Order: sequence, then C-alpha cells, then structure tokens
Amino acid sequence: MPALLERQKYLIDYTLAALLRHKTRNLGLLLVYALLVFLFSSVLLLSQSLRREAATLLQDTPEVMVQRLVAGRHDLLPAAWLEPLRRIRGVSAVQGRLWGYYYDPAVKANYTLMVAPDRDLAANDILIGAALARIRQLSIGDILSLPTTTGKPLPLKVAGILDAASELLSADLMLLSETGYRTLFNPPPDTYTDAVLTVRNRREARTVAEKIALALPGSRPILRTEILRTYDAVFNWREGIVFITLGAVLLAFMILAWDKAAGLSAEEKREIGILKAIGWETGDILRMKLWEGALLSLTAFLAGYALAYWQVFYGGTRLFAPVLKGWAMLYPDFRLTPAVDLLHVLALLAVTVLPYIVATLIPIWRAATADPDAVMRG
Amino acid sequence: MIELTEVSKVFNQGRPNECRALRGISLRLECGGITVFKGPSGSGKTTLLTLVGCLARPTAGRITLDGQLLSNLPERFLTEVRRHTFGFVFQQFNLIRGLTVLENVMLPAYPLGRPHHQLRAAAQTLLDRFGIGGKAGSRIEWLSGGEAQRTALARALINDPAMVIADEPTANLDSALSREVLALLGELALQGRTVLISSHDPLVFAADHVKRLIELRDGQMVGDGSC
Ligand SMILES: Nc1ncnc2c1ncn2[C@@H]1O[C@H](COP(=O)(O)OP(=O)(O)O)[C@@H](O)[C@H]1O
Ligand SMILES: [Mg+2]
Repeated sequence: MPALLERQKYLIDYTLAALLRHKTRNLGLLLVYALLVFLFSSVLLLSQSLRREAATLLQDTPEVMVQRLVAGRHDLLPAAWLEPLRRIRGVSAVQGRLWGYYYDPAVKANYTLMVAPDRDLAANDILIGAALARIRQLSIGDILSLPTTTGKPLPLKVAGILDAASELLSADLMLLSETGYRTLFNPPPDTYTDAVLTVRNRREARTVAEKIALALPGSRPILRTEILRTYDAVFNWREGIVFITLGAVLLAFMILAWDKAAGLSAEEKREIGILKAIGWETGDILRMKLWEGALLSLTAFLAGYALAYWQVFYGGTRLFAPVLKGWAMLYPDFRLTPAVDLLHVLALLAVTVLPYIVATLIPIWRAATADPDAVMRG
Repeated sequence: MIELTEVSKVFNQGRPNECRALRGISLRLECGGITVFKGPSGSGKTTLLTLVGCLARPTAGRITLDGQLLSNLPERFLTEVRRHTFGFVFQQFNLIRGLTVLENVMLPAYPLGRPHHQLRAAAQTLLDRFGIGGKAGSRIEWLSGGEAQRTALARALINDPAMVIADEPTANLDSALSREVLALLGELALQGRTVLISSHDPLVFAADHVKRLIELRDGQMVGDGSC
C-alpha cells in the first residue's frame, strides 16, 4: 500500500513543520520532559545496578555465618568454637575469618580489611580493589603505610589490584595476610572476627542454625537469606523515598502537559478546523497529533535516558547516589557496571510517554470531532 | 445536483441565546455556472454554504447530493464527500501560517497519499495558472490580500472538486482585485465546475457567468432569479 505509506510521510512532514513553527514552546516542553525522564531513569538505572551488584556480592557469601555476642554486641569469636561447629551434623566446612574496617581520614572513606588465607600473601603484601587504588593513586609495587594499634606505621606493599566483575564487590577491599592483620590490629591470639560455615544441603541451613544456637550459648548464627532480606528492605525503603519525590515532579509535569493540551490554543483549534474543512478526516488529525506527541515524547525519552545512562555509569552519579547508596560518605567512589534492563525501559516508556500522548490527545479529539463550520467565521 | 428540502439551522437550541439562522429553505441547485447568495450581513448566507458544503449538519430538513441523502451520513462519509466534491475559499482565507504557499496548496491532498512529486507538480501548475507561481516558496505571512485569495483558490482546487464554494470572496479586496478573482471564478465555471458564492457586493452580482441570484433575509429565501 504505497498510498498508505505516502500518507504517513505527509503527516510526519506536516507534524515536523508544525513542531518547528512553535519552536520555543516545544523546545521548552522537550527540555522539561527530557529532564523528567532523566531523573526517573537515573534513579531506576542506579538502583537497579546497585541491586545487581549487591546480588553478585552476596552470591559468594556463605550459607551460614556465626558471630559471638557479648552483652548483645558482636564480639571476637574464640578459636575453640570452630571444632564444636565442625561437629554439628550437616556442616561440611568451617572457617574462622579475620576482618575489620579501617577509616582513612585522608580520603574520608572506610576500607574493608580482610585476611585471605587462600591467596598465599607474604606478611606485608596486600591486594587492593580498583576504586581504592584509584582514590589513593596506588599501583603495583607501591607502599601504603597504615598506623598499627601501637601507633607505629606498618608499611604494606601493593602486590596486586583486584579485578572483579563488579567493582562494588572489591571497591573498598584490601586483602592481607594473617600476620599483617594481627600486626595491624593486634587482636587477642586465638580469636577470629567471625566464622563461616558451608552446609551440605542448602535447605538444612535453618536447622543447622538452630543447632548452633543450642550448642554454643552466646552464638548468633546468621543465614544468607536474612542478609539478603535486610539489604533489600533498606534498599526498597530508600528507593521509595526517591520515587515519592519524583512522583511529585511527575505530577507537576502532568499538569503542564494537561495545561498545554487542555488549553488548546485558539490557533491550534483554528488549524484543526481548517484541516477538517479542507478535507482531512478526524482520524487524519488524530494521527497527525499522535505523530506529534510520539516524536516529541520519544525524542525527550531518548535524550533523557541516554543522559541518565551516561551519568550513572560514566559521569560519577553525583545526583542520587548519596541517597541510594547511603554509605557513600564512608565508601570510596566506585563505578557501576553498565546494564540496561529492557523491561525497565519499557516500564519507563509506559509511565512517561503514554500518559503524555493520552493527555494531549483527549482535547484534540474533542476539537477534531466538532463540526468544522466555525472556520467559516474567523 | 444539490437539493435542500425544508432545511433549518438553529444555533444554541433551547438556550436563551437561541438563534434561528435558517428557516425552512427549499432549493434545487443545478450543476454548472455561478450561483450567488446575496443578502445583508446575518441573513444566513454563510450558514447555508456550510450546510451545502457538508461542514455542518442541518437542525431539520434534508440535503441530497445527486440523489444521495447527506444529512444523516456518518462523519467519515461526510468527510469523504466533502473532500472529493467541494473546494472551499473562506472569507478569512484561512491559510496556515508558518507554511509556504505551495505547502498550503498541497495540504488538502495529504490524506489521499498521492505521490509527492506528482502532488507538488499539480500544486505548482495551479499557482502558475493563477499567476503566483513565483511565490510558491514564500511564507503565507508575507502575502498581499490578492495573493492570499489566489492561494486559497488554488488550495480549493487541488483535489479537483466538482464544486467550489466561496464565502464573500471579494470582501477583503479592492475593486481591481475583486474583478480578477471573479474572473478566475468565472473561468472555473467555464470548465464546468459548479461555483457557489455568498456576497453582498454588487460587483459580484454583475460578474460574468453568474446564472442565478438567490436572495436571503433573516434566514429565509426572499428572491430567486436567473441572470
Ligand atoms: N456558531 C454560531 N452560534 C450562534 N449563532 C450563530 C453561529 N453562527 C452564525 N450564527 C448566527 O446565525 C445568523 C446567520 O449568520 P451567517 O450565516 O454568518 O450570516 P451571513 O453570512 O449572511 O452574514 C447570524 O445571526 C449569526 O449571529
Ligand atoms: Mg457570512
């Protein structure tokens, strides 16, 4: 049907000319619209990729973690606990972990220091995350001195930079040897920060946890699923706040769009009348306006989304990161792995483009179905 | 042939500002030649033309076009009839600002999807014929009254309608320009098109090819003469 195609081409041509005729108004609308899409997709992209990174992070977390509580607070775990833990039915392996935080006043960020027994590190060697290396401008072979508990600095040599699929996974991480850790923090000998267990059967994790609580009074077993849940709850809560704020912005935009549409200018009404009088069908006018709305909103959508994508993954995420990440102040800057979720894009498209088109079409439909005789009388 | 039977048009029916613009008009309009509707301002000329041209529906009465009843046709078909049968020249020209003369002329043909080069050529031919071919690329805003009137006429003809309806075509023009436009309308009648004009301008009544003069007053026909 070449005539059908030709018709759409004419309609698009006319639409483009119409958009250009009201350049300033449409440009203003386009900007506001793109900004809105930008804000929404920034939050969406950011929260979605944070969630993804967190999932990657927690994937490697063991099924069950055991802490020792003293007076309700997390305390060091005696090495003597490891053997009874190993003897609990269903447990296949137990490992005591040594880790802690180090606050670096120079960059105002917290590092996570962790002993990595499987890395075979020399006493003073460390492996550091890419973000940490960036922020302290360290490369392989450099020396990083950290103060020990006695006040004497401990020189640590960067033996390597951790490369992980996710930067969040390793951003603030510093892996070191047990000797290095004990020199730095000087914890009582024969103690660990906590212990992690591997269970034979995932579904038995809960039973195992109950047995641990019985066998070792003062112990606090934590299941991986619990960590995931807490994390998600906190995260959803933050996301909710941001979305409520953005909801208000969306509302303002809807009012603007409605105003533009409902208050069809006298000139627009006249134009619709003329088009009908010279032989355009109501359908032709609606199609033309549909093209107009689609061109405007899709342009805005693409511009806003592209800008958001750039700012979230490459531009440093200055905008919402503090709210969504929460710990940003205590955390070295890190880069998110780019990812686009098609479903999210479609959802975003649905909440921004569709309402706009509908809001603009209704009053136009009303004007377009009216008898065009009004044009005969200026 | 168009036939009107007991056609009335009431605006704002039932409201205090009710206005009976046409009261029981019965009329047969044969094809060809120029028919002029004369009458003072407010007598219902424009209203009658909008009904004949399918721009609005009568409140009561029947209108047929070549035997086909128009008054109860669905909107879609009415547009179809309007598009292929009528070309309009409005009193205020009603050209669309921001577009060029050529684009304005092409506009009524957009929904038909004619090939672009063909449509363009047809529009240019019409403009050349009316002596404003050189203005094809100009914006509407820069046209003089006479040029705007010719553009409007070219636009009315782009879909090659059998009838041309012109509402007060000389109202905004001086005598010389009025005569030129009347000459153009006369040419259309010569080609075999039916031309319907409303006017209260004596120049129009005396124009060539005017074959019938219908007089309206207060929404009623008060005179009907052949010339
Ligand atoms: N849309 C309308 N609403 C109300 N009254 C109208 C409308 N259009 C025309 N009229 C009235 O109908 C009468 C006839 O108008 P019109 O057909 O324009 O007369 P003419 O073209 O002969 O000057 C006038 O009294 C006018 O005020
Ligand atoms: Mg009039």
